[in-house]
Amino acid sequence: MTESVVRPTPASPTPPGGHLLEVRDLHVEFRTGEGVAKVINGVSYHLDPGETLAVLGESGSGKSVTAQAIMGILDTPPAVIRSGQIRYRGRDLLTLPEEQRRQVRGKEIAIIFQDALSALNPVFPVGWQIGETLRHRDGMSRADARRRTVELMDLVRIPGAAGRLGDHPHQFSGGMRQRVMIAMALALNPKVLIADEPTTALDVTVQAQIMDLLADLRRDLDMAMILITHDLGVVAGVADRIAVMYAGRIVEHADVRALYRAPAHPYTKGLLASIPRLDVRGRELSTIRGLPPNLMRIPTGCPFHPRCPYARQVCVDVVPDDLVLADGRTSACHFAQEVHDDRAR
Amino acid sequence: MFRFVLRRLLQMVLAFFGTTLIVYALMFAGQGDPIQALAGERPVTPAQRAYLTEKFHLDRTGVGGFFYRYFDYLRNLLQGDLGQSLTGRSIGDILAAAWPVTVKLAVIAMAVTILFGVTAGVLAGIRRASLFDNATLVLTLLVLGIPTIVLAPLAQYLLGVRWPLFPPTAGADPDLYALLLPGIVLGSLSLATALRLTRTSVAENLRADYVRTARSKGLVRRRIIGVHVLRNSLIPVITFLGVELGNLMSGAIITEGVFNIPGVGFNLFRGIRTEDGPLVVGIVSVLVVVYLVANLVVDVLYAVLDPRIRYE
Repeated sequence: MTESVVRPTPASPTPPGGHLLEVRDLHVEFRTGEGVAKVINGVSYHLDPGETLAVLGESGSGKSVTAQAIMGILDTPPAVIRSGQIRYRGRDLLTLPEEQRRQVRGKEIAIIFQDALSALNPVFPVGWQIGETLRHRDGMSRADARRRTVELMDLVRIPGAAGRLGDHPHQFSGGMRQRVMIAMALALNPKVLIADEPTTALDVTVQAQIMDLLADLRRDLDMAMILITHDLGVVAGVADRIAVMYAGRIVEHADVRALYRAPAHPYTKGLLASIPRLDVRGRELSTIRGLPPNLMRIPTGCPFHPRCPYARQVCVDVVPDDLVLADGRTSACHFAQEVHDDRAR
Repeated sequence: MFRFVLRRLLQMVLAFFGTTLIVYALMFAGQGDPIQALAGERPVTPAQRAYLTEKFHLDRTGVGGFFYRYFDYLRNLLQGDLGQSLTGRSIGDILAAAWPVTVKLAVIAMAVTILFGVTAGVLAGIRRASLFDNATLVLTLLVLGIPTIVLAPLAQYLLGVRWPLFPPTAGADPDLYALLLPGIVLGSLSLATALRLTRTSVAENLRADYVRTARSKGLVRRRIIGVHVLRNSLIPVITFLGVELGNLMSGAIITEGVFNIPGVGFNLFRGIRTEDGPLVVGIVSVLVVVYLVANLVVDVLYAVLDPRIRYE
């Protein structure tokens, strides 16, 4: 994991002007009193205009930290970006001066957080909070900002938007609150929308509504979207590509259909097997044994080997490279082809 | 909100009667011979004794007599008549002269608290674990550790006598300058508490999720801290200051005593020392009202500041 070679990102060739957004070999550590946690260990992915990339992984796999690194809102300290690049339209965001970096936030790349109740400021009305972005980033007048805020709230389908401008976040239902969050993220017409577990805090029925809304908005506003989730069910209908993260690394990166049809990494395979299915009723639900690794003591070799049914001695000794399979997808597994072909397990 | 205020006002009536009863009982139940206490060291003739016994309804004895006198006192009190002190002065007049002095002192103390305590608290909260933060931590610990009974004479000696920057005592009808040093001494305790409270609150709010959201909106740091963080952090601070203002308004016995300031606390202390029952009960009754009102204002203010709080 220490090699500094930039790995090729799979599934689509680099367009002539470069990708819209590209994370290259990112390494992030958290330095705490107890030690150094290696949270991101060489993550690379990219996003092209109009595309939806799903980043999938358990809690602590580093998917949100990568997103916050892209936004430039990591708390430093404790977080330290050790190395890597985050290129947006050819510019490395990590080397930009803070003032230019700030200009990118919200206007080029915007983010929606998981828990809208804590992510919105509790003491200000939602209309004020959406309008604040317009007034202070776009220099809009109060009246214009108000008009645009109502438009945005209509856009995210909040009923009676004009009458709810003065309401505070706690006066909204969970789903409506997340819509407010989305409206706020859309205020400056960003080109990239990062949705960091946008439905985790919501009821199942509301989850579907929010996912539909996000998919529609992405299409209508011609944005690219990074959808961060730990829910495989959420991904299938929305994403074009999936990057599966484990212990701060992308272990498999593939086209959605290819990945669902035949996963090429044992971890992905385990995740897919643990989805409850209607056609295999009566059998005990399959689980991945063991726990995600402690990021202060990541196992040697392949970090997944203690939990992996395919693990052999080489997995303990050698960190696997990203193997590129025939269809252009990558898998960080010594036995990627075997796993891929092994449909029965 | 209206129902809440109404209910609180009704509770205040109960609390008011309860406290006056207790103070009245404590002040008079302990007295052996109130008439002799009134006369001090001078002898009392039988005629005088008979007159005073009649005047103060002391011919009624036991619990019945006590309540008779208590309700007699309350009747006068509700008509705005606080009665006379044992020295024969109208207690209303005493309070009218003392209160403005105490209010001036309280305002100085509060200004010092807000100006230095809250400002330093905000800075310490933003720069947590910095040299400034640690320095304020040690200083506030020192201030909180020294009782006023030590701090007040120390300040008086050092800044009033040794290096006479301030008048060491205030005396009758003091001006603002004479009240400055006592005001700072009085305010130092609330200053230290306000500083600590502000620091913790700011530091906590800086880590809140909504700050991350504000950053992701691309707002400048000055606005994130000045608007988003401060508006949230100051809620507990303002409620603390409200309660504290109520405390300060009711006089500072030690500070007013040390600096010889003729305020409410000074008079209350004199009343206690000379066993002047009517004076003590009169002042305490008014203090209770001030205190209850201050607390109600703070509770209402809290709901205004934090929209999540709703009183039903």
